[in-house]
Amino acid sequence: MAEYSAFSLLANALKGNKDWKPAWRKPDPKASYDVIIIGGGGHGLATAYYLAKEHGITNVAVVEKGWLGSGNVGRNTTAVRSNYLLPANTRFYEHSMKLWENLSHELNYNVMFSQRGCLNLAHTPAQFDDYARRGNAMRHLGVDAELMTKAEIKRLIPALDVSDSARFPVVGGLMQRRAGTARHDAVAWGYARGADRRGVDIIENCEVTGFLRDGDRISGVTTSRGDIRARKVAMAVAGSTGRVMQLAGIETMPIESHVLQAFVTESLKPFIDTVVTFGMGHFYMSQSDKGGLIYGGDIDGYNSYAQRGNLPVVDEVMSEMLALFPGLARVRMLRSWGGVCDMSMDGSPIITTGPLPGMYLNCGWCYGGFKATPASGWCFAWTIAKDQPHDLNAPFTLDRFHRGLVIDDKGQGANPRLH
Amino acid sequence: MLITCPYCGPRDVIEFTYQGDGNRERPDSASQNFEAWNAYVYDRLNPAGDHNEIWQHSGGCRAHLRVVRNTLTHEISSVAFVRGDHQGRGDHGSAARRKAEDKA
Repeated sequence: MAEYSAFSLLANALKGNKDWKPAWRKPDPKASYDVIIIGGGGHGLATAYYLAKEHGITNVAVVEKGWLGSGNVGRNTTAVRSNYLLPANTRFYEHSMKLWENLSHELNYNVMFSQRGCLNLAHTPAQFDDYARRGNAMRHLGVDAELMTKAEIKRLIPALDVSDSARFPVVGGLMQRRAGTARHDAVAWGYARGADRRGVDIIENCEVTGFLRDGDRISGVTTSRGDIRARKVAMAVAGSTGRVMQLAGIETMPIESHVLQAFVTESLKPFIDTVVTFGMGHFYMSQSDKGGLIYGGDIDGYNSYAQRGNLPVVDEVMSEMLALFPGLARVRMLRSWGGVCDMSMDGSPIITTGPLPGMYLNCGWCYGGFKATPASGWCFAWTIAKDQPHDLNAPFTLDRFHRGLVIDDKGQGANPRLH
Repeated sequence: MLITCPYCGPRDVIEFTYQGDGNRERPDSASQNFEAWNAYVYDRLNPAGDHNEIWQHSGGCRAHLRVVRNTLTHEISSVAFVRGDHQGRGDHGSAARRKAEDKA
């Protein structure tokens, strides 16, 4: 399997890059496994990795309908943060942050995790007070947070319009220094290689078409590459959750699928060395190591399974960008794309056993799933291995809506398009 | 994306406000059927394909519209006024409610 070093880079460069070995095998599916994970994205691959590493369960298949990492793990804006208000979210995402901090070392694969900070801008005194409250809630649980004044923000991001004549003048901001970005594809590839080395079969181009049952119990899947049996079937299919659950006969879920667009500009010289978010709309931006500005805004706002969006949101995102950074008016946008997000009814995820016997469910990531990848896999692996949730994901049940125990960080109510 | 309002004609989607899944059926306000309320508030069909949904032409005639739109292609196959129209309403809401009432 592929190993990377300065020597191997040089040797392969001299030989015309013809001798690189694949980073993971391409096995045919076996007739049965201990665990099948549906979905070869970040969360599914992380789950397989932690099942093998933490729980010694290596007879595992990850089945993916397309190619590995072709969904949201390769379509996000790569931001990683743990600046939530509610304790259940803060604890979970902080666990994720701690896994991120050691991830390149853990996987022996450079995921280019860069703790360049994430700054939420406040544009009114009331919003600044609200950020103080959130910052205090974070610090109370041991997460770093600091309030920044307008003068400090001006020094940190010189290109930002902090003048009083800005459309929404900046009052201050909430900074999480340990937040940052990571190379999204490398996260998928690193987990894939790590899982593969521990014996997990990663089966690409293998679409699940139905479920096998043994009485009431789910006992495997039918796929485009034949039937595969398993004692446990776990789902981590993000925006496709509704479709796959319907194959299992579950008609409704507390989830709507929506499309989120993202954009990248042509490469620029160093322009911004942190992640910044707009407080008077929905906009966030960072700069990749290659120089492109990576940014996005709101979801399109109506149910969609199309991995492409419409123009009104493009227009809105560009307007927000220019409200903050007037100097970017003539920078050209290079690409845009869309990903299908599983918007839950309270904006928080679901990581749980069930809802059918033999089934395990991981979904509801809204558009914040990337930063959760390590903790999602870690907690889901625990839940699958032990048939019960870890303390960290115990609040993220499927029946919390039914029981009135929603975890609604933004306080938006049961309206998925507003989370 | 254009939506053809039956009153105003084809208009850009920015004139419209999305009001969500049109299959849901609100229980009677006096109902104390917990399961039916729970289904109304939280459960969604979320189909990949034709979706029965409610839009309001908020930047135009302000009429509420029942739109059937394909969630894979964004193609719109029908638009009608909501008022007085019980045709085309999916049976999910009522089916889920009946099921819930059976349970309760």
